[in-house]
Amino acid sequence: MLKFTEDHEWLRIEGDIATVGITNYAQEQLGDLVFVELPAPGAKPEKGAAAAVVESVKAASDVYAPVSGEITEINQAIVDEPALVNRDPMGKGWFFKIRISDPSQLDRLLDEKAYQAMIA
Amino acid sequence: MSEAHQTAPLLRTPLHRFHVERGARLVAFAGYEMPVHYPTGILTEHLHTRAAAGLFDISHMGQIAMRPMSGRLDDTARALETLVPIDVIGIGEGRQRYALFTNPAGGILDDLIIAHRGDHLLLVVNAACKTADLAHLRQHLGQTCRIDPLPDRALIGLQGPLTETALARLAPAITTMRFMDVRRLPILGADCDVSRSGYTGEDGFEISIAADHAEALARALCKDNSVMPIGLGARDSLRLEAGLCLYGSDLDPTTTPVMASLEWAIGRVRRIGGSRAGGFPGAEIILRQISEGAPCRRVGLKVEDRVPVRAGAKLYTDEVSASTIGTVTSGGFGPTVQAPIAMGYIDRNFATTGERIFGEVRGKRIALRVCDLPFVPHRYKRN
Repeated sequence: MLKFTEDHEWLRIEGDIATVGITNYAQEQLGDLVFVELPAPGAKPEKGAAAAVVESVKAASDVYAPVSGEITEINQAIVDEPALVNRDPMGKGWFFKIRISDPSQLDRLLDEKAYQAMIA
Repeated sequence: MSEAHQTAPLLRTPLHRFHVERGARLVAFAGYEMPVHYPTGILTEHLHTRAAAGLFDISHMGQIAMRPMSGRLDDTARALETLVPIDVIGIGEGRQRYALFTNPAGGILDDLIIAHRGDHLLLVVNAACKTADLAHLRQHLGQTCRIDPLPDRALIGLQGPLTETALARLAPAITTMRFMDVRRLPILGADCDVSRSGYTGEDGFEISIAADHAEALARALCKDNSVMPIGLGARDSLRLEAGLCLYGSDLDPTTTPVMASLEWAIGRVRRIGGSRAGGFPGAEIILRQISEGAPCRRVGLKVEDRVPVRAGAKLYTDEVSASTIGTVTSGGFGPTVQAPIAMGYIDRNFATTGERIFGEVRGKRIALRVCDLPFVPHRYKRN
C-alpha cells in the first residue's frame, strides 16, 4: 500500500513497517541534494517530528516522521550519495523504515490520486 | 507605509522574458523577480561556469554615472574619496577598482565597483543598496557632481574559462583586455561598457548595455554551446568558493573593512603616511585597525564533517564551551571543492590559518578548520 503526506513524503506499507522517502515533486523543489542526515535506528519519533534532514546547495530542510513509531532501518546509501534521492526518490532513494505504533494514523494519509491532485 | 512596500509588485529586469522562456525558477531578490536557477539546477550551473561559460543577469544591480560640474574628472574622483577609503584618483582611464562606502563608525554601507570612463566615473552598486547609495552620493556630493542613475542599462555577467572565446565572436577587441580593464565597445550594434571582471573568481566580463538590446545579446551569447544561463543560486556558491563577500550577509554597517579582511582595497595613499591619508567616513577607526588589528576577522572555514554549516551558525573554541567566538556569515556546499565551506567572523585570537574550532548545527558541534581564502584559486586574466 502506497500513501503520501501533505509534506511530500511517501510511505510504502508492508504489515506494520512503513518504508519512507520523499516524493519526486519534493526532490525537484529541493534541487540537487548534497547532504542527508538520518535518524538513528531505534529512535522513536512522534508523527510530525523532524526525523531526517536534507540539504541542497542552497538550504536545509526537515523530513518529518509521517507516523509515530520506531526506526528499524536506515538507508546508508543516501548518506554516502545524496544525489541518489534526486535520481530515484521513490526507489533506491528511500530514507528509513519505521515500525508503525498507531495504525489509525494511516487513515489520515493521502492516497496517490489525492497526492497527485494536491501538487497539480 | 511599510505595507505598501510589502505589496509593491516585484520589478523585472530586461531579461525577464528570456528567464521565463528558459524555464527559470523565479524568486524575489532585492525587490526584483530573479532566476534562482534554471531546469539544469544549481550544481550543474555552478560546475558549468567553472568549466565553460555562464551568463548571469545582474541587471538588478545599480549603475550610477558621476560627472564633474567643473569639467575635470579629477574633481569627481577627489569628491568620491570623501566617501570611500579607496585611491579613486589613482584609477587610470579605462580601469576599475573595488571599493567600499563607509560610515562614521568605520562600518561598510555597501561594496561597489568604480570605473574610470574618461569623462565620468561609472559606479556599480548592490541592488538592495542602490536607493540608499544614490541618496548618500547626492547628499554629500550633489553640490560638485552630477549624479545620474542609469535605470535604462542592463548588466550581463559572463563568467568562466570559455567566455573570452564566446564573447570574442561578437566583440573581437575584448581579447586584448586584462582583469579590471573597462572599455566602450559596439556589440550587435549597441554601445556597451565592457569590463573584464566578475564575481565568481573566474576570468570573465560584465557588459553594461541599453535595456532594449539586452535580450538580443543574451540570446546571441547563448547560441554558443559553451554558454549556459546561470541563476542566483550558483552565483552565490561560486562567489563563496572564490572567497568574495555578499553585502548583507558578510558585510554590513557594523563590519569594518579590516574586520572584513578587505584592507587590501585601501590604497597606500589613503593610509597613515600616505599623501591623501584619511578623509573618509570612519577613517580614524579604520586606519587604527589597519595598524593595530580589528577585534575580529573574516576568515574561511573548512568543515571537517560533510554537513553544511550555514549563515547564522555560532562558532566556539571547543565542543562544550558556552561562549561564542564568532558567527558564520556565508556557508553551504562548494560544488567545485566537493565539500561544505563557509566564511565567518571570529575573534582575532583564533583567526589563524589551521586553527581548529567548532560550529553549531542543529545543536551539534561540528569541527571546522580556519583556512585561507579563496577556496578555489582565482583565474583572472592579469596580463
